[in-house]
Amino acid sequence: MGGIHPPENKLSASAPIEILPPPATVTIPLSQHIGAPAVAEVAKGDKVVVGQLIARAGGFVSSTIHSPVSGTVSAVEAVTNGSGCKVMAVIISVEGDEWAPTIDRSPTLVTECALSPSEVVARIAEAGVVGMGGATFPTQVKLSPPAGKRAETLIINGVECEPYLTADHRVMLERGPEVIVGVGLMAYALGVEKIYIGIENNKPDAIANLRRVVGEFKGGFLNQLPAIEIVPLKVMYPQGSEKQLIRALTGREVPSCALPIDTGCVVQNVGTALAVYEAVQKRKPLIERVVTVTGRGLARPSNFLARVGTPISTLIAAAGGIKTDKTGSNENPQPTEYMKIIGGGPMMGRALSNPDTSVTKGTSGVVVMSPRESVRPPETDCIKCARCVTACPMGLEPYLLSRLTQKQLWPELEAGVVVDCISCGSCAFICPSHIPLLDWIRLGKGEVNKIIRARTAPPSPATPSPAATSTPAAK
Amino acid sequence: MNILLYTILTLCTLGALLAVVLYFVAQRFRVDEDPRIDEVETRLPGANCGACGFPGCRAMAEALVARDDISTLYCPVGGAAAMSSVGDFLGKSAPEREPEVAVVRCAGSCTERPDGTAVRQRLNRFDGARSCAVVAETYSGETGCTWGCLGQGDCVDVCAFDAIRMNPQTGLPQVDDERCTACGKCVGACPKLIIELRRKGPKSRRVFVSCVNREKGAVARKACEVACIGCGKCVKVCAFEAITVESNLAYIDPTKCRLCRKCVAECPTGAIIETGFPPKVGTPTAI
Repeated sequence: MGGIHPPENKLSASAPIEILPPPATVTIPLSQHIGAPAVAEVAKGDKVVVGQLIARAGGFVSSTIHSPVSGTVSAVEAVTNGSGCKVMAVIISVEGDEWAPTIDRSPTLVTECALSPSEVVARIAEAGVVGMGGATFPTQVKLSPPAGKRAETLIINGVECEPYLTADHRVMLERGPEVIVGVGLMAYALGVEKIYIGIENNKPDAIANLRRVVGEFKGGFLNQLPAIEIVPLKVMYPQGSEKQLIRALTGREVPSCALPIDTGCVVQNVGTALAVYEAVQKRKPLIERVVTVTGRGLARPSNFLARVGTPISTLIAAAGGIKTDKTGSNENPQPTEYMKIIGGGPMMGRALSNPDTSVTKGTSGVVVMSPRESVRPPETDCIKCARCVTACPMGLEPYLLSRLTQKQLWPELEAGVVVDCISCGSCAFICPSHIPLLDWIRLGKGEVNKIIRARTAPPSPATPSPAATSTPAAK
Repeated sequence: MNILLYTILTLCTLGALLAVVLYFVAQRFRVDEDPRIDEVETRLPGANCGACGFPGCRAMAEALVARDDISTLYCPVGGAAAMSSVGDFLGKSAPEREPEVAVVRCAGSCTERPDGTAVRQRLNRFDGARSCAVVAETYSGETGCTWGCLGQGDCVDVCAFDAIRMNPQTGLPQVDDERCTACGKCVGACPKLIIELRRKGPKSRRVFVSCVNREKGAVARKACEVACIGCGKCVKVCAFEAITVESNLAYIDPTKCRLCRKCVAECPTGAIIETGFPPKVGTPTAI
């Protein structure tokens, strides 16, 4: 159902992953994942080494954070994130590159695993692994299905349907064996009956490489698991979304407001598989990730293995800097009036208002759009062509939802199942009138979610309503 | 011929019978409505804006007629005139309230001056849906000040009286005192809670802090030249104890302020604004 075909623009598909040295200082936000923010375990002045725990999980749906560098903690304070909001972060000034002794840094592939499934999940939780596709849902939570539900299918997401991004593609090409062992570990932890790896047809080299790697694994730990099936998929955005991928691979549809586990599926990204391999077999926490730094505004689109906390501006500089600055210089990677720096892919990512914000566990890419690309055509009236309805992968009516939001008709909006919107942006992309449909729908979805939350859990009298602050009496 | 006769007779009988039935039904289910409700409704402005807390003027009129004590009911749009007219008609004591007006508590214009700078420097440009609510949901805004006006005009869109417009020079909303009825719609529409209903004051003369930034002084000042930095100079100079500073932001209590304007002169950033006063001789008019 639905879907669109945006131009692929995979500029950095042939650029091998380069290892980026640690920067002078790193800023590590304490909320890099979905769920409760982590709680800082270090204070100003503490010495840390690479892989040392600096923040513990703040709840069940939360994740631990480890130091990606060695050095001294210079502050634990609120910093401005990419959206201009204040978030708590640990700031570390880098001294040398000393790793924790527990981490196995040798390149040898460890295929054997003598741990029990629950020990595998525990190691993943310890290492702070989260979904690397961008949603950053803590992986250990996904690998522990709630009581009464069983995962029978593990789906590995190698779709990478976002235009421009090539991080997963490069991981599948260069780290194939590690990814496959990671997949095996997750399948072992879940006890699944089927394993699929879904890859779009626009990455034939990745399909061939993973098929070769799977064929080469003989004996050992992986043999006790069901066979890994690599499924080439038709190219379609947003096929990399969980619900769409489950449908494409198994024919099952996740019901409204249900989770993938309700259809017996668990979906994990290839980047997560790599992180799981490193966490379990090498005891290496999630401290670095592959980031695609690309876009027509950049001199040299690249894929970097960057430490978490590296400033985005450092990545841009490493990729040759911004090509056409207003002044023509490459020195200052500030977004000029004409450019956009997007954290994530161009469809679902967010334009950054602050290029000094740091790489987090979920930063799959940085797209620097050239002045020509970043111009939004002026909005005109809706012509009721219903192309947004055709494009919506969730079967919603985007034109209606955006209109209802503008009119603040929240009950009608809830009846339109706005909460099912996955914010893929297909509607806004396809709209011939250039209406920013997703902007409105996102706003409406937030409001409806607030209403639903208030209905299910009545607010305690201790929490003042935001309206109370509007009256001068409350000052 | 007979057919025609029977038809006419049947229909007439049927009509007469149903008329009798309808008469008795109308008697049995008659609704007696207080005729005063209609009269009170005509004395209300008929804007159906909801400022009184009722879903329209009719519902307000019903409440005014039904309740013995109407001191808690007030129509800010009709003001004292409408309320006293209603009070006289119903023979109830009409509530009195000071007329109020909406004030915009942000003076951080992002419009560039000839030298390329602005009171509040624009650091990026938002090109999504034209709505303050969408901007507030998406990110902190175009400038370094995360508290100030987002400039997309949600307050303008919501005003039923055309009393608030974006000033093309400053890019900030501007309230027309004559048209503003203090219905409070704009107060609720602003996601940054910038607009406040304040005492209109004699001859529309008001003194207020035109800033809502609660950052520390240095941070606020860096983001905006006319931000309140919470220095407290105004508190010291005020003879009537009308000014309080809380979380780095001064607030002038309109019930205590005597419009002496000492604080306006004292404020180092010009965050305190006076309106409605005749221009002082020899001072250039501020933009």
